Order: sequence, then structure tokens, then C-alpha cells
Amino acid sequence: MTRVHDMGGRFGDGPVIPDPAEGPVFTADWHARALAVTLACGALGQWNIDISRHARERLSPQDYTGFSYYEIWISALTDLLVERGVLTRADLSDQGTKTGQGDDTVHPLAGRMLKAEAVVAVLAQGGPANRDSDTAPKFSAGQAVRCRHPAESGLVDGGHTRLPVYAAGARGYIHRLHGTHVLPDSNAHDLGEAPEPLYAVRFAASELWAHPEHRDDQVILDLWQSYLEPL
Amino acid sequence: MPHDHSDHAHALLPPDPALRVKALETILTRKGLIDPAALNEIIDTYQNKIGPQNGAKVVARAWSDPGFRAALLQDATAAVSDLGYFGRQGEHMVVVENTPSLHNMIVCTLCSCYPWPLLGIPPAWYKSDAYRARVVREPRKVLADFGVTLPQDTAVRVWDSTAEVRYLVIPMRPAGTEGLDIEALAALVTRDSMIGTALVQCPSQAPK
Repeated sequence: MTRVHDMGGRFGDGPVIPDPAEGPVFTADWHARALAVTLACGALGQWNIDISRHARERLSPQDYTGFSYYEIWISALTDLLVERGVLTRADLSDQGTKTGQGDDTVHPLAGRMLKAEAVVAVLAQGGPANRDSDTAPKFSAGQAVRCRHPAESGLVDGGHTRLPVYAAGARGYIHRLHGTHVLPDSNAHDLGEAPEPLYAVRFAASELWAHPEHRDDQVILDLWQSYLEPL
Repeated sequence: MPHDHSDHAHALLPPDPALRVKALETILTRKGLIDPAALNEIIDTYQNKIGPQNGAKVVARAWSDPGFRAALLQDATAAVSDLGYFGRQGEHMVVVENTPSLHNMIVCTLCSCYPWPLLGIPPAWYKSDAYRARVVREPRKVLADFGVTLPQDTAVRVWDSTAEVRYLVIPMRPAGTEGLDIEALAALVTRDSMIGTALVQCPSQAPK
């Protein structure tokens, strides 16, 4: 097993509760603030999307399970701000959270603060993950492949990866090539973007589950070349 | 409340999540690292400007315009960019089409990846443990939670968004909508139908 976030196929979760289509985007004000603070801090440029995902996954299993969605976000963001040297633990302590205590020193990252007038452009720009790569595609559409087993990161012990446990060792077929994309397993650990071919890979439900609902059902995952071997 | 079973930095902040966010916002604002006006702008964008109405326009156009549909299936990122839908969490778009024999559903089992420029911020159910855990293994039982039943001979294809590619489902166009223009068609397209947990109803069949 890897981490608690990797829950595809898990038993025991009970029904999915649909919310009304016309419901509010944010059901509490602090949810909206949590999302906005997270995006604004991302603009400081001290981490990438893979590092931030891994920060959420590194919460203790009890925290990850016990926290609500935006609680996970804000707690992982706090950890990240300290780990990346943006804030100190002292900044977070009680005295640091009292309002009205001015900070005389200018923070070295203050010049990177996301300004209101830049928000639209920053959100519109996004962060494409495709990169040029020297790694040529090894597989073509229709080819049979097998996923890495075990699912854990091969690069860093206990590290970030995007291969779910439920697909580890499973046999599937290349459905399409997405081009060459940043490898999260490397990028989440400051080891470089290491771009490589990314494929949509198609699996029969019967390959993944002991009791599939229907003989023709399929699951498709986006998987990097280094997650796959030819069959 | 179960909290902070670790020596992680977040345990230094108040346990109540609303206060935790507030404390962090206060510290960061005081240090000149975030601008509250920028936060308001981000929230306004996803509350009022970007949402499922964008995806609905894409679907209605795909139903009405064979050339656009072909372009969308060929290169969705370019096709939706031309309509003005691009940016964060929509950098790499792929659209998948429902047919009488194949029903598509989208999930992110590892977190909550979702095509923001076309659908906005995901609903709570999409981010829930129950959906993430179950839909890859028992999609029909999940559909039943939404009151949806598929024909016996329709296969389900679940797309697990494990990379930076974001998926949008083009639901089947209901019969009886031949005379409708793009705006009227877009009004029929629901958020859930573009994730694959709903079907689009003809106006005359829609529940009152």
C-alpha cells in the first residue's frame, strides 16, 4: 500500500450524496478563502503543483481522513509554507497570529505577491505540463502493456507518484498518446521535471476487479511511460 | 474533532478550520505575501465568472456544429480555447462522447482533478471519498445514487484523471431537441451530465 489518498476501488464508503446543481460554489466562506489563499501562495513560486499535491498526501493518515476537503488544503499549505522557508514556526505561533502587530522587516518574497489586477491573467495562463523531451515514445496505440508493481514511487522511497494501487501490475492497452509531460514522481521532490511520454491506458474492469459490474466495462488512466512495460 | 496527529507545522494554528484559514491569511497579509483584494478577485472568478455554463456552451455547440465537434474530438484544448475557455486546470483538455453503447464517467481517485475553465470548482460529491473510491469499481451503483439507470447493453468507461489532462463528457443529445438553438440546448446541459453522473433530459421529460 502507499498512502491514504489513494482510495480508488476501496470498500465501505457508503453512498455518494449528490449536491444540488444550483447550490453555492462554496458552502462556507472559509472554503472560498482556503482556495484563494492556496492559489495566491502558489503564485509566490516556491513550489510546483506536484509538490503541493504531495504535501496534502503527506498529512498523517488520521489527519487526511479526519479533515474535510479544504481543511486538507489549508493544513498542507501551512506545512508547505514552513518547509519551503516562506514562514517560520514562530510566525505561526499564537503571538504571530494576533492582528495589529506590524512586521518591520520586508519579506524577501513580498515582490512576488499576487496583485488583484494580475489575477485574471495568472489564472488564464495556468501551468501547462507538456514539455519537449528527448525520451521517445516506446508504445503505440493498441499495444498491450503492464503497469509497474508495486505501485510505489520507484524514484523516492515513499515518494509521490500518480500510479494508483488498484492498477499496479494490471495489464491494459495504450488508448492514446498525450505527448510528453512533466513526471510528477521527479518534480514533486525537486529532482527536475524529467518529462516523458504520457499515455491514456485502457483496462478491462475484469482486469482490475474480482466482481466487475459488466463484462464490457473499462477504466482508463493517464500513465507515464516509466510506469509501464511492454507485454 | 480529530486533529493533528503529527508535529506538522499546521498543528501550530487553531484547530477550527475557519480560524485556521483566518490565522494564515492574517499572517501572510501582514508580511506582504498575499493581497486580500487578490483573494476576493480569485473567489469572484470561480463564484461568478467560471462555471458549468461554459462547458454547457461547448456541448451545445458540439451537438449543433459537426465541424466544431470534429475539431473538439481532434484537439479539445485548441477548440475550447477558441471559445475563450482556457487556463488553470484546463491546460490539456480531452472530450469524450457518450453513445448508445458507451457511457463515460470522470473521476480523480487520487485527489480532485477537474476541468476548472469549463466546469468551475468541483461539487462536494466529486471530491468525496465515496465517489473517488467507488466509481472506478462500481460505476452503475454510483449512477444509481444519482437516480440514473443505463440500458443493459451500455458499457461504462471511467476515466481516472491521474495526470494534468482534464476530461469533459459530451452527453448524448436527447431526442425531441431538433428545433432548439444553441442557447436553448445549452440550458439543458447540466454540470453532472458533463462529468457522467447524469443524462441530459429533453425539456418535455425533465422532472417538474
